[in-house]
Amino acid sequence: MKSFKNHLSLVIALLSILFSLQIFTIVERSIDAYKENLATNYALVAVAQKRIDVKSLIRANPLVEDVEQLSPDAVIKRLNGSMSKKNIELLKLTLPKFYKLKLKHYPTPQELEELSAKLLRSQSINKVESFTKTHDTTYKLLLLFKTVVSVFAFTVLLVTVLLIFKELRIWQFQHNERMSIMGLFGAPVWLRSAVLFRLAIVDAIIAFLLAFALFMYLSTTEWVHKQFESIGIEVIFFDTLHDSLIMLGVALAISILLAVFIVLGHKEEV
Amino acid sequence: MDKVIVAKDLSLAYSDDETIINKANFSIDSGSFVFITGASGSGKSTLLKSLYGALKPKEGSLVVGGVELNGVSSSKLNFLRKHLGIVFQDYKLVKEWTVEKNIMLPLIINGYDKSVTQNQVDSLLKHVKLRHQAAKYPPELSGGEQQRVAMARALAHNPILILADEPTGNLDDYSSQVIWNLLEGANEQLKTTVIVVTHHIPETMGVRYKHYHIEFGAIREVL
Repeated sequence: MKSFKNHLSLVIALLSILFSLQIFTIVERSIDAYKENLATNYALVAVAQKRIDVKSLIRANPLVEDVEQLSPDAVIKRLNGSMSKKNIELLKLTLPKFYKLKLKHYPTPQELEELSAKLLRSQSINKVESFTKTHDTTYKLLLLFKTVVSVFAFTVLLVTVLLIFKELRIWQFQHNERMSIMGLFGAPVWLRSAVLFRLAIVDAIIAFLLAFALFMYLSTTEWVHKQFESIGIEVIFFDTLHDSLIMLGVALAISILLAVFIVLGHKEEV
Repeated sequence: MDKVIVAKDLSLAYSDDETIINKANFSIDSGSFVFITGASGSGKSTLLKSLYGALKPKEGSLVVGGVELNGVSSSKLNFLRKHLGIVFQDYKLVKEWTVEKNIMLPLIINGYDKSVTQNQVDSLLKHVKLRHQAAKYPPELSGGEQQRVAMARALAHNPILILADEPTGNLDDYSSQVIWNLLEGANEQLKTTVIVVTHHIPETMGVRYKHYHIEFGAIREVL
């Protein structure tokens, strides 16, 4: 029972690390998906006095994916009744040209500022509307969300590491006597610590299997899918191969490191 | 006759300011039975510890089974310990292992075959009269039974040298007799060198033995 409890404390510690790691991964993916979504719907509007060379503008600004000229017809249509045809034609020639600039990804405020400044310096563009206020608020909200999740994940990690160090002391006490006795009969270090490594690996595998089962279950839950659908993004909640390998690797690395610390900290009884 | 232990100007100490054994010179023949006596705190157990490398010599030379223990590497020390059988006063059994597995320990370390290991353990359990306790754990046994398990473990791999620290210290007559019989048997039949640290030498010993006494840090042979 006592041994089971000791196993359980390492398994729970590892499980909480795997849980926070996967949650962090999901948040990262969600933010990326959301940013992609924003990028699709987001565009700058540049106003130029004369027609601009679209190809050279794209070449000069790698962030710009596509440039589309906005037709002034809708505005002019409204003036149709009050102006003569000749005046309308004249107006068409004197009206500034409006361009919609689609970007490759959702820009950071700095990228946006740099792009605006560069556009204003080039050709005949004399105004760039970046809808900065809306853009900034959304972007900062995303960053805040990411920071909160990172702080949360880091706190969980810190608490878990402390928990693991406590576990390390218990293991050191438990295994020290057996390792010393084996050493007195000439057992090499690998043989003395074999039981320890076996336990560490078993605990890591148990923690991984529990985390795997948990995220597999959550990934098939309707509620989780609905949450992502409601904000209009599609996220891989749990990549069976990629995420499993990372979780197994992390669990094994931590528990083996724990065993290595115990072996290095082992002192032979005199 | 071959010497299994040779000590030259051997000094032993736990700290720099207190020397337990001071410039001792002695040698022990292979196949002999040796008692080491002395008052409490005289350094008997300290000397024994130095013989299995748990305490490195402060000065001088100590060669056990051909291995110089002053400045010995861990691999050489492991090599030596594989050929030693040690019986401790506090038994030093692995509590979470069964009696059977505890006896197996030196055989596992020496890489014996599984069937050889099992036969040897069965035979030893019979000798120490603990066959019925094979599946039990050390805390479930009495002190005498635990010491018999420790004795069986020390004999399991036919060591060249048995080192026993007060092996019958707090044991009942029956367990003490079993222990002495086993030590005498190993010495007589297998020609194993036996070194026993004790307060009292049994009155009826069935083998010839040498007696060393430790006093004031010096080791002298009692003739």
